[in-house]
Amino acid sequence: MTKLDPIEIQSPQCPVPLRDYPEVILAHGGGGKLSSELIEHVFAPAFANEHVTLLSDSTPLNLPNQQIAVSTDSFVVQPLFFPGGSIGELAVNGTVNDLAMSGSRPLFLTAGFIIEEGLQMEQLLRIANDMGRAAKTAGVSIIAGDTKVVERGCGDGCYINTSGIGVLLPERAIAIDQARPGDVVIVSGTVGDHGVAVMSVREGLEFETQIQSDCAPLTALVQAMLDAVPNIHAMRDPTRGGVAMSLNEIADASGCGIELDDESIPVRGPVRAACEFLGLDPLLVANEGKLIAIVASSDADRLLAAMKAHPLGRDAAIIGRVIEDKNRLVVARTPVGTKRIVSVPIGEQLPRIC
Amino acid sequence: MKHLSEYRDGEKSLKLAAEISRIATRPWAIMEVCGGQTHSIIRNGIDQILPEQIEMIHGPGCPVCVTPISVIDKALEIAARPEVIFCSFGDMLRVPGTGSDLFRVKGGGGDVRIVYSPLDAVKLARANPGSEVVFLAIGFETTAPANAMAVKIAKDQSIKNFSVLVSHVLVPPAIEAIMNSANNRVQAFLAAGHVCSVMGFHQYPAIASKYGVPIVVTGFEPLDLLDGIRRTVLQLESGKAYVENAFPRVVSEAGNEVAQETIAEVFEITDRAWRGIGVIPESGWKLRPEYADFDAELKFNVPQVAQEHVTICRAGEVLRGAIKPHQCEAFGKQCTPRNPLGATMVSSEGACAAYYNYGRFVKP
Repeated sequence: MTKLDPIEIQSPQCPVPLRDYPEVILAHGGGGKLSSELIEHVFAPAFANEHVTLLSDSTPLNLPNQQIAVSTDSFVVQPLFFPGGSIGELAVNGTVNDLAMSGSRPLFLTAGFIIEEGLQMEQLLRIANDMGRAAKTAGVSIIAGDTKVVERGCGDGCYINTSGIGVLLPERAIAIDQARPGDVVIVSGTVGDHGVAVMSVREGLEFETQIQSDCAPLTALVQAMLDAVPNIHAMRDPTRGGVAMSLNEIADASGCGIELDDESIPVRGPVRAACEFLGLDPLLVANEGKLIAIVASSDADRLLAAMKAHPLGRDAAIIGRVIEDKNRLVVARTPVGTKRIVSVPIGEQLPRIC
Repeated sequence: MKHLSEYRDGEKSLKLAAEISRIATRPWAIMEVCGGQTHSIIRNGIDQILPEQIEMIHGPGCPVCVTPISVIDKALEIAARPEVIFCSFGDMLRVPGTGSDLFRVKGGGGDVRIVYSPLDAVKLARANPGSEVVFLAIGFETTAPANAMAVKIAKDQSIKNFSVLVSHVLVPPAIEAIMNSANNRVQAFLAAGHVCSVMGFHQYPAIASKYGVPIVVTGFEPLDLLDGIRRTVLQLESGKAYVENAFPRVVSEAGNEVAQETIAEVFEITDRAWRGIGVIPESGWKLRPEYADFDAELKFNVPQVAQEHVTICRAGEVLRGAIKPHQCEAFGKQCTPRNPLGATMVSSEGACAAYYNYGRFVKP
């Protein structure tokens, strides 16, 4: 029950007791001495914060006397490391961003690991350190965790579940059903970066690109946005399913249609090129550090300026507007002035054949 | 990227459409052969800016759509075997066979992997000597060079655990089959630019003069398509029928001769069944006998089991250009991209999927 002294671990160097185990073995999840060593030398130093007590069954928290928000998400990305990020950063930022999108300030995370026997200890250290660093950046503390090790062949190296607790910002209840006809649709930056970065290193799909994942915590950007425009109608982080999915969810929940301008949607050149040759639509490709905001048109310019002033919103752009439509369709205006429907993806985006 | 924005210019597109409107004095039915062209026409709303007299009929040029159900069933059977790593292009995974698809085989424990190139499947075979790696080699003339090269490399390097399940199809015989069909309405063709980049277009003048049908080699961007349509309309209006190349930045008359040589070394012409259309004589490629060791059908000795399904799906008529997707009773009701009854609703290049995804189902 002693407080932890943070130990500086410089990945990929292995601390002494783990050096005998270059790979995770089943016993690391068995609850015995090796489990303790894993926590003590991998997770505790990486996640060090004032709330955590080593090997306690639970962590007592003092929460402000206001409404809290809770979110949970599991991460199974392959490969574990990709250009611009890792499963560790994703696991922190994913849950942090889900909390931020509802207008809450994320405070605490829990982390559950399911590790496949044989995972390189060095990789686990990198993942843990990435999580620790991401948590620090996002201003959250990882306050509880669990580790299980499964037999070789029963997992893809490492799965992570994170659950998060945040406090709702005063008078803030941003929901996705608050979009109204006349509102403006803003995206915080270029779309499709994460999905293309991950695809570029997937087995069987490798291609050369300089695209990095946009994986980032959106809390500070959201705070800056709310400071500028307290009354944002709806927000969503367009992760799996991309911008198309998020906008369809907003249109559905709000009972409106959304009309986009194809040419105003910011897409990096290399992402556009990769999507062209893979036969994908950038609007359907995942993002991990972007958000969509729906706001009254009278607030749009102020919000856009505030977003552009933040590093994570530098490329923010107005991409469309909310319209009346009982069919709740998302449509895009093509360069020739016709309209096409932006539908939701069925499953994973599949590369096209020719 | 310059090419993309250059050939997607909205203003220039509208100008071309206006010109087509000016020169078209009568109704004309033009078929774009390739599914990639169909996709682009619908996505960019090209058909909506064309004058009413010009009807675009969507052709059979989607390789995923025309692969016969018997081949899919063979693929499913092979992919389910424990010793097999089954590799395919992504959009084949959801194409329904008789009662299942590759995704469900994967879910049931089959090792099914998406690859972007058949050469990656050869790499997999080299890295997994204990497994049999099978690649589903489908497609038109566009995918054939890489598929042929994969087989050639496997033979040269004596990679014995690699084989291909071949169902290659060819464009010119399909054009002839359409012209020969009793209820044909097609008066001109936009030939598929990518196919011609490999094969050239020296096969087409004979077809154009035999049937008196204009054929214009056409690209895929809005300006390419509109220029191709403009040229066919000019020919139709003046009663001419010859071959033009409206995609010269990619296509030459001779095509890619190195690719053609590789294809000829590995493949030979065969009769081929097209899903929804039936057998078209000399319309496909199969492996030459010298490459029999790499033929998955022989290696796995899969029995011919499947019968063509009788369903309400009218994909065959869609592929022949006889009906538009939304004229099928099942379209948007029993048949959606989420629950496709036919391959034309699966592939992003299938006419039904293009209509559904880009919203033609809301049109009256």
